[in-house]
Amino acid sequence: MIFIKAFLVGGAICALSQILIDKTRLTPARILSFYAVLGVVLTAAGVYGPFVEWAGCGATVPILGFGYTMAQGAREAVGTVGFTGALSGGLSAASAGIAAAVTLSFLASLVFRGGNKR
Amino acid sequence: MKLSTEEYKKLWQKKSPPSPWYKTVPAAFLTGGLICLLGQGIKSGFLSAGLSEKVSSAAVSCSLILLGVSLTALRIYDDIARFAGAGTLVPITGFANSIAAPAIEFKTEGFILGACVKMFTIAGPVLTLAVTSSVIYGVICWLGGVL
Repeated sequence: MIFIKAFLVGGAICALSQILIDKTRLTPARILSFYAVLGVVLTAAGVYGPFVEWAGCGATVPILGFGYTMAQGAREAVGTVGFTGALSGGLSAASAGIAAAVTLSFLASLVFRGGNKR
Repeated sequence: MKLSTEEYKKLWQKKSPPSPWYKTVPAAFLTGGLICLLGQGIKSGFLSAGLSEKVSSAAVSCSLILLGVSLTALRIYDDIARFAGAGTLVPITGFANSIAAPAIEFKTEGFILGACVKMFTIAGPVLTLAVTSSVIYGVICWLGGVL
């Protein structure tokens, strides 16, 4: 069941984004930034947590889930270490993903070359 | 030939008509759905291997990022993205692609000013805004606990 929900919810979020892109011609940087912040806002509003419970990876794999992870991390860290948690919590929670993306991309740039297609 | 911005826009729209919505939207739905389904599959694998909920979630992100960077490096991601549009942009693999693609593309301009700087062309604003908003939310949570 969770697999069907992940497929349908993830697909629906991407379909809505496609409509948004077709209508507005927003650039990828703006779309991704908007979604990451929206993820934080919806989590702060208490909406995204239950949504993640319900839709699983359909809610966490889209970039909205990145904002959700950071917001949740910030809240939890404030609960355990106080004010400095507000600064450390978000990046701590998202650190594995960010480090993986940056490190793998850098290594890929060492090995692979760009340029014209095949 | 001199063209005003308006004329150029018309010409451009005539030469490259946007794909109709009944093609782009289902393609985005299908691809995005499949990537999330793959994530769910990977997650259930990690969970049944005994990892905690939290560690599994982080491991799913890292696995999909590895996939996104690999497909970008092999120049397959762009081919899928041409079909899938937002279906490959919005999932976390799209975030990985947005870092890996310029890193590989701009290494000819040097490793520091090319690869290392340009890899944050899209990820930079995403990280800046996400970090700032999460810090603001954290401060609000802290104020809520103190007051």
